[in-house]
Amino acid sequence: MSDHVDLIIIGAGPAGMSAAIAASRQGLSIVVLDEQARPGGQIWRNVEQRRDGALSTVLGRDYAAGAELVDRFRACPADYRAEASVWHIDEGQGTGGGKVFYLKDHQARVLEGRCILLATGAQERPPAFPGWTLPGVMGIGAAQVTLKSGGQIPDGPVWIAGCGPLAYLYAMQLRRAGGTIAGFLDTTPPGRLLPNFFAFLQAMLFQPAPMLKGVAWQLALRCTVPWVPHVAALTADGGDRLKTLTYTTTGGKPVTVEAAHLLVHEGIVPGTHPTLMLGCEQAWSDAQDCFAPKLDEWGETSLPGIFVAGDAGGIAGAQAARLRGELAAVAIMRRLKPSAVAERDAVKRLRSRLSRIIAGRAFLDRYFRPREAACLPPDDTVICRCEGVTAAQIRALTTNGLGDPNMVKAFTRAGMGPCQGRQCGYGVARLTAEITGTHAATVGLYRARPPLKPITLGELAVLDKQRTEA
Amino acid sequence: MTRTESDILVIGGGLHGLSVALQLLRAGRSVTILEESWVGRHASGASAAGVRTMFRPVSELPVSVEAAGMWHRIEDLVGDTCGFHANGQLRVAERDTDLISLENRVRETRSAGFKHEEMIDRQTLRRLAPAIAPHCVGALYVCTDGAADPHRTLRAFRVAVLAAGGLICEGTSVTGADHNDTGWKLLCGDRIFRAPVVVNAAGAWAGKIAAMLGDDIPLGVKASMMMVTERVAPFLDPVVSAVGRTLSFKQSEQGTLVIGGGLQGRADVEAQRSFVDFERLARGARAATELFPAVRNIRIVRTWAGIEATTSDHQPVIGASTRSPGVFHVFGFSGHGFQLVPVTGLILRDLIIDTKTSRQIASFAPDRLGVRSAA
Repeated sequence: MSDHVDLIIIGAGPAGMSAAIAASRQGLSIVVLDEQARPGGQIWRNVEQRRDGALSTVLGRDYAAGAELVDRFRACPADYRAEASVWHIDEGQGTGGGKVFYLKDHQARVLEGRCILLATGAQERPPAFPGWTLPGVMGIGAAQVTLKSGGQIPDGPVWIAGCGPLAYLYAMQLRRAGGTIAGFLDTTPPGRLLPNFFAFLQAMLFQPAPMLKGVAWQLALRCTVPWVPHVAALTADGGDRLKTLTYTTTGGKPVTVEAAHLLVHEGIVPGTHPTLMLGCEQAWSDAQDCFAPKLDEWGETSLPGIFVAGDAGGIAGAQAARLRGELAAVAIMRRLKPSAVAERDAVKRLRSRLSRIIAGRAFLDRYFRPREAACLPPDDTVICRCEGVTAAQIRALTTNGLGDPNMVKAFTRAGMGPCQGRQCGYGVARLTAEITGTHAATVGLYRARPPLKPITLGELAVLDKQRTEA
Repeated sequence: MTRTESDILVIGGGLHGLSVALQLLRAGRSVTILEESWVGRHASGASAAGVRTMFRPVSELPVSVEAAGMWHRIEDLVGDTCGFHANGQLRVAERDTDLISLENRVRETRSAGFKHEEMIDRQTLRRLAPAIAPHCVGALYVCTDGAADPHRTLRAFRVAVLAAGGLICEGTSVTGADHNDTGWKLLCGDRIFRAPVVVNAAGAWAGKIAAMLGDDIPLGVKASMMMVTERVAPFLDPVVSAVGRTLSFKQSEQGTLVIGGGLQGRADVEAQRSFVDFERLARGARAATELFPAVRNIRIVRTWAGIEATTSDHQPVIGASTRSPGVFHVFGFSGHGFQLVPVTGLILRDLIIDTKTSRQIASFAPDRLGVRSAA
């Protein structure tokens, strides 16, 4: 009892919306499935509701600018289904495209598409330091969600630890929203600028506006909040919730301070669960220190008819996501409607704009590359929060032949909880590599097993009733 | 340096291969296990780990009942409880006609001399499984059955084999076999392993290995699907199945619900991958919610399918090859091999060291399945 359409787009962020607008011009039948109640993705979460409010001022001009794309998306003929949570994708077994299983109004539904575009975005690089699971410690991504959706900020002074554009942006937004920053523990290692000076100039040349903005944020923060550079190690303490945190700078002694809120951020990585589950080939990106699906120049994965656009295919930001969404739409149109002509010049323009953004990106990747310690935490660090597995337990598995995170999973239960290994995937890969003397790139991540999002027994049971009564 | 000469080479590091290796090692033989990926990668690690004598084919009961006794003392064998709990297994009747079929079953096993299965009434069922749907009228019950933890079992057998001096070569795929006067020579890429005796415990890939060793044994492939939920407060001790339903339902020690029963996904044996078919798995979710209405809102966090060999009569292949000297087969458990794990080690030890066994394995003879006709 499943519907058939030409194209299913999963995710209504910059990439998904741009692809939908472009592909619907050619008359393809398109369904866009998105988890949120309104279009915009993480970057423009809730932008429609906020367009005139005071919060727009807090969140900045780039945020408000998202409303324009959301308007065009709303106006395009693609069938947009909000609050639709995709929990499984079945590839078409070589025929291209596949079946998408999703949940809407507590009903499991199935939709078949000749092509599928995954525009499912990124996730924060999971934190791993002693005490990160204490209440009071939170990722900046999650903190920003509460700011965008409810205008909420933490109550009382906030410590921020980490590096990367999102950490500085959030700190600025927090201050504009009336929040207090107790201190900013910058984890960028020392000596990153000089070796990357050429990349810095290149970024200034190709992406002057965002680069200058980033520099301005940093300067503003350094002048107005207690700023601790070169933080190399972090520990959160406090028994049942965060009370103190201890940081050590490169070459320095540990300093302990009182803390009620600690927000952490070590950059973002592509969300690889959907492509891993589908069995799309993955490649290690040395530049971004993470896995990303292998894609051709249009964003097609190793499986025919399954495309990825936006940060899910490699971190490059919202502007690049829009361009990659449009490029994927061109390739999908060529496949499904060979009669439609895509303008060669338009494709050329898209590519040249995209290559400028990518060229500017190299500096951010190198300058904010997470320090080694962020990836290889001390023994008492919880790696798998769901099952309470520590780094020590994983390191203890020094039996022969143990070179596979799936085996670590089987033997320790790490990765078996409700987050399905999204939080501990990289941690376990790195520890496995450490044990076996290899690199996370060769070790790989856990196999991703469906469902992508938890679904209740009752919701799944309905699919069977539909079949027998159909 | 890796040892390349052994008394016995076991192909396949699943639970049966480990069990066989363990018994042979304890009998003083040197054993090397050749495992293509890692111990328990396929069916053993994907198992629901039911320890069930209930409702098995009568021909399997003699060895299954012996295995049951071994499970109750599993710590003596491998130094760990393997997470085994004898909380019983129930086969629930939802209609009066189901009760009649279960009563016939009890009559059949009693006449074959087995007294472990009993019928229980509605009240007793309600006492053993308080959350069961009110329409259920009774059940078949084996109080000494139960379930173990598959990963803990794997770890225990692996550790026991290593402690007994066994060599486990993971990431070692057998690509060819050769036989001469001194015994078998197995090629694993550019490595060579030699032994007079080879045990084929290669699960879904056992047919391919049998062919390399000179036997042609027709086998099918199963990809039984499983699902596991988030943790919930304890509410169920026994493992529950039901007449006319493809369902096995239990609550693990961790509190998760583990739901299987043999609904089939899709297997790609060549690529060593299996796929879950949710439109079929939905039937299992439906069965679970109809038998236990209170579980409707519990979230499924993971599903999978394990690849395993199946035979045309759904009974395993256990025995010596009649064509190839020094070759022994143990595979084809057709979705219900977990419980038999401890006893297959003893059977193979008998066959390999004593060249005979008093255990009843006639119906598992490799030759019974006939030679596949040349297609």
